[in-house]
This record gives sequence, C-alpha cells and structure tokens, in this order.
Amino acid sequence: MTSQPILEVSGLTMDFGGIRALNALDLDVASGEIVALIGPNGAGKTTFFNCITGIYTPTEGNVWLTPPGGKKVSLNGLKPNKVTERGLARTFQNIRLFSKMTVLENVMIGRHCRTKAFILGAILRDPRTRREEQDILETSYAMLEKVGLAEHCDEFAENLSYGAQRRLEIARALATEPLLLLLDEPAAGMNPQETIELEGLIKKISREGQAILLIEHDMKLVMSLSDRIFVMDYGRKIAQGTPREIRENPAVIKAYLGEEVDA
Amino acid sequence: MAVFQELKKGVLISLWFVFLTFPVMVIKVDPIARTVTWRWMNALYMAVGTFIIYTLVQFFIKRRGRSKPASTQKEAGSSVIHRLLDNPRRRAMLFVVLAVAAIAFPQLLSSYQTNVMTTALMYVVLGLGLNIVVGLAGLLDLGFVAFYAVGAYTYALLNHHFGLGFWTILPVGGLLAACFGILLGFPVLRLRGDYLAIVTLGFGEIIRLVLENWGEFSKGPSGISNIARPSLFGMELDLHGSIVFNYYLMVLFVIFTIFVVNRLQNSRLGRAWIALREDEIACQAMGIDKHRTKLVAFSLGAFWAGLMGVVFAGKTTFVNPASFTFMESAIILAIVVLGGMGSIVGVILGALILILMPEYLRGLSQYRMLAFGAILVCMMIFRPQGLIANIRRTYVYKKTPNDAQAS
Ligand SMILES: Nc1ncnc2c1ncn2[C@@H]1O[C@H](COP(=O)(O)OP(=O)(O)O)[C@@H](O)[C@H]1O
Ligand SMILES: [Mg+2]
Repeated sequence: MTSQPILEVSGLTMDFGGIRALNALDLDVASGEIVALIGPNGAGKTTFFNCITGIYTPTEGNVWLTPPGGKKVSLNGLKPNKVTERGLARTFQNIRLFSKMTVLENVMIGRHCRTKAFILGAILRDPRTRREEQDILETSYAMLEKVGLAEHCDEFAENLSYGAQRRLEIARALATEPLLLLLDEPAAGMNPQETIELEGLIKKISREGQAILLIEHDMKLVMSLSDRIFVMDYGRKIAQGTPREIRENPAVIKAYLGEEVDA
Repeated sequence: MAVFQELKKGVLISLWFVFLTFPVMVIKVDPIARTVTWRWMNALYMAVGTFIIYTLVQFFIKRRGRSKPASTQKEAGSSVIHRLLDNPRRRAMLFVVLAVAAIAFPQLLSSYQTNVMTTALMYVVLGLGLNIVVGLAGLLDLGFVAFYAVGAYTYALLNHHFGLGFWTILPVGGLLAACFGILLGFPVLRLRGDYLAIVTLGFGEIIRLVLENWGEFSKGPSGISNIARPSLFGMELDLHGSIVFNYYLMVLFVIFTIFVVNRLQNSRLGRAWIALREDEIACQAMGIDKHRTKLVAFSLGAFWAGLMGVVFAGKTTFVNPASFTFMESAIILAIVVLGGMGSIVGVILGALILILMPEYLRGLSQYRMLAFGAILVCMMIFRPQGLIANIRRTYVYKKTPNDAQAS
C-alpha cells in the first residue's frame, strides 16, 4: 500500500465482565480503500465498531485517525459525537433511523456536526443561518440523489422498504463528510436485486475517493468489493490479506467450515 | 352474527356503566331531611346514553379501519387544521379572524371572562414551554412547576424587598429559572425516561417544600401579598384596566412564544431535539452532543416557565407555595399530551380546552371534575396521539446547485 493510512487501530481489547469480546485487535485502513471485516456471528465485529466510534469505551488499545495531509489524532476516550466530528461515520446493523422524521430530515441530521446555528440563530434567522440552512438542504438532497432516494424525501423514514432504509442510513452517514465510512452489514436482509444495487452504490461512493470499512456476511459482495480483508473469530484477528489470500487461508476455512459443521 | 355480538357487548358495557355510576347518579341522600331518593330514571338514561355512544364509536372505528392507514406525510396531515394552515389565503383569513377575536374579547365580555381567558393564555405559554422539553426533546419533566415557582418568587421577593418593577424582573425571572434548569439538568439529564421523571418530580416538590418551610426567606405558607401589578409605561392601572392590560400582555406573550417555538422547532436545534427523542445512540453517532442539546431544551423550557411565573405573580398580586403543587405540573403536562406532543396548534387547543373546560363545566357543579376526567380518558383512548398529531415540515429544495443559481 502506497497511500497513507487513515485509521490505525492497535491492541484493541474489550471485556464485558468475564467475556473478552475483542482481543488485542490491530487493523488499519488506507485512504481510498475498501476494507472488509468478516467473521462468524458473535466474533466481535459490531463491538469493534462500537469501540472505535466511542459508543463503548475499550478496555485497552489505541485508535488513531489521520486526515489527509493532516496530523494524526487519537480517538481514545472521545464521546461518539466527537468521533463523528473527527471523521468516522457509521451505519447500524439493526437499523437506527429517526423513524418519525422524514427521509430528508434524517439526512439533515447528518449535517448537524458540520454546521453551527444555535438558539439565537434559530430565532433570529439571520442571513448566515439562512445560508447554512440552505446548504444543509442542498447537501442532504444531493446525498439522497446519490443513494437513489430523492423521490422519497418527504416520506417518513419508517415507511421505507428495508433496503431503502439501509441506503438512507448510508446517506445519513455520508452527510457527515466522513474520512472513513463504517458499514455494519449493509446487505443484511436485502434481496439479491437490492444487494446488486448496494454493490453498485458502494462502488460509486468508493470511486469518489471515500474510504470504507465494511462488515458483511455476503461473501460474494465482500470478495468483489474489498481491497483487503480482515478476518476475526472469538474477538481475535485470525487472518488478513487480499481477497485471494483470504480465500485460500486455512485458518479462515476452518473458522467458517467449523461454524457450518456446528450449525 | 357479528352484529349480534357487538350489540351484546354494547348492552353489557351499558350495564357496567350503570353499575359504576349508580352511587352518584341514582342514589341521592339528603342529609338534612334524612331521606334517600332513588332516581331510577337516571339509570335508564345512563344505560341508553352509554349504549348509543358505544355503538356510534364502534361504527366510526369500523369505518376508519376500512380506509387505509396514512402512509405518507400528506395523508397523515390531512386534518382540518392542517388543511387550513397549509393554504396561505385561508391561513391569512384565519389569522385575521383570530386577531379580531383576541382584540375584541375583553371589550365584549366581562372582567371575569377576561381574567379566565388570561389564565388560559398563561397555560398556553406554559404548555408551549413544556412542549419544547417533553414534546420535542422527549424529556419527561414532572417538575416543570418548580421553574414557574422560581419566576413567581423572583418577582414577589424582589418587588417586596427592593420595590423592583414587573418589567425589570421579567427577564430576570426567566433567566433565573433557566439557570435553575441548567443546574438541575447537569446531573439529571444523564437519566432516561422514568428515572428523569422521578427526579424532576422530586425537584418540583423540593422547591415547594423549601418555599413552604423557609419562613425567613419566603414567608412560608402565608405567602407574599401586595405584589405590584404590571404597569403600562409607568402608569398604575385600576383593577379593571389592569385585568384588560394583563390580557393583552398575555396575547402578545402567546404570539411571541409561538413565533420563537416555531422557529426553534424548524431549526438545526429543533431537528436535533426531535432526533434525540427518536434515537439517542443514532443521534450521537451523527455528531449531536446529547447532553448539551438536552440541556438547552430543558433550560429553554424553564425560561418560559420563569417568565410565566413573573406574570402570574404580577397578575394575582399574591403568591404562596400552594399555587405550585404537583397538580400544576400534571395539568401542564396534560395540556402537552392532550394537544399532541410537539404540535404548537395542538398545545394551544389543549391549553384552552383543559383550562376553560373546568370553568364552563361549573354548571355541572359537583360532577365537574368527573366530567373533566372522563373527557381526558376518552381522549387518550380514541386519540392517543393528541388532538393534533404533529406532522413534520416538508422542505423546499433546489434540485441542483445550477438550478439554485438560475432561480
Ligand atoms: N453490551 C454488551 N454486553 C455484554 N456482551 C456483549 C455486549 N455487546 C456485545 N457483547 C458480546 O460480544 C460478543 C461479540 O458480539 P458482536 O460484536 O455483536 O458480534 P458480531 O457483530 O461479530 O456478530 C458476543 O458474544 C456478544 O454477546
Ligand atoms: Mg454484528
């Protein structure tokens, strides 16, 4: 990899009582890359996202984020909203939209951390606030167009189809202008047609230079999208490499076959 | 067959109601003449009335069940009021009618009526204030009346000891209440839902108990009297003039509050509140500072309560702790819930109905509170979302930046 790393995680460990959900995990993502994080259910993938985005406080380990051309900043101990401000934005495995808000408003919430207007601005509606509001609208609408939901913009988020809700979550995360986009099983529950559309969408976003870290179970999707793959099992990293290397890695085969034999 | 089943259920329910209301409606004890009259006709009326109401309600529920549930904003918002408000011409007409009615009111009706209306308008403002906290930000605050008390006692004490006037104290009372909001909010807003409700409830009681028991400070249960009425450009007004003046003052207050709350609700901050109500974790993941945003909502609500407290003290010229019981918080909360959480029009209607209804139900004498309760219960059964369900605003956006420059 010639491009510089954006996200660097080292020795990340997370204990829940007696359970070690993450065990000294190292991971890195470089700019413009699509990196996949895979592993059997309960391996700790979602916990990994929760730890680096500040929702959980990891027991040990370091997380750094490096903006392109900028200085490396530590994300340790930051609150989730600060992490998002620094440039990590995520979607959720179990969809978490603002269901009683419109589709457009959901994306507008994503603009929150890039805008400033507060009480006085809201009440007085001075030119600066109005300009900012207009910018929020335009950017949010553009995000909806990008994920193909523009014509649904005035509907309640809860009335969207499952696949559309997942795409809305992506639009909302993109609206925060992340350095790195974290997707937690974006294809879960999608039908084959929707999955193909999703693949197209992720490729499109990636072509625009967006770095992506992806948790996914759909192997076909993972293999066709990823530049590199990390494999976890029981909170540990068991392999890392290009899709081809991963496909032939005996440890990975064992983890996955083992799971199937058990099932 | 289904019809027969329904009828049977209706009859049973009617009998049950007759049984429930039997002691009140049928038996009449005259303690002086020592006689008991049995008013059997009342039981019959009760039975027939209940049966008819039940049948009608069932009929409407069936009919509504057949039509599709609203799936988009437009359908959900097609209530009469929203249709009125959506059309600019009709909206302008409605506003003119309301303005004329509001201005003419004290001229046409008695001082008593004006006074009642002033009280109702105060509850409109209180409701709109609490609506920011409960309706928009989703923080269940059961101690709202504490901030109302802070405002009222700020004016009462500063007027009593230093002779400061209404207009000087108005902002002070609001800001002081907001400060109390922040002080309480800091530790408390980490709690969620029920826990927050309990702590705020406790806070409300603490403030009241302090006022009741700290005699040197607040004169205890006997309260503070002879508080100056609001003056009009330094002029002192007679009783009637002052009632009318208070009324117009409250009309202006209501307009001001609607203006501010409406702008807040359609701003970056307002969206953040609503999003927080929906999903806190998603909010934080979208970069919203949870504590700060909640604290702002909490203290803004307190600010309005404080303002109204000052107005209350000026209007009644007397405050004592008995005016700030939990019942007040409960009524203000009922206004917000009944009106429709997060809906400005709903809260206004809710306040007018809840405050004016007991006044006009006085004809029913001892059944007044019973009827009041019954209406509330019915509301919650048949329209749990409140009188006016809040609909989200839709935005006008430019399709592309090029279009934006062209237009
Ligand atoms: N909040 C929590 N408290 C206790 N245990 C948890 C918590 N979150 C996750 N875990 C545990 O951590 C392990 C990893 O879970 P998760 O990260 O959701 O797996 P994955 O996303 O890879 O399927 C599981 O054993 C799960 O039970
Ligand atoms: Mg998971």
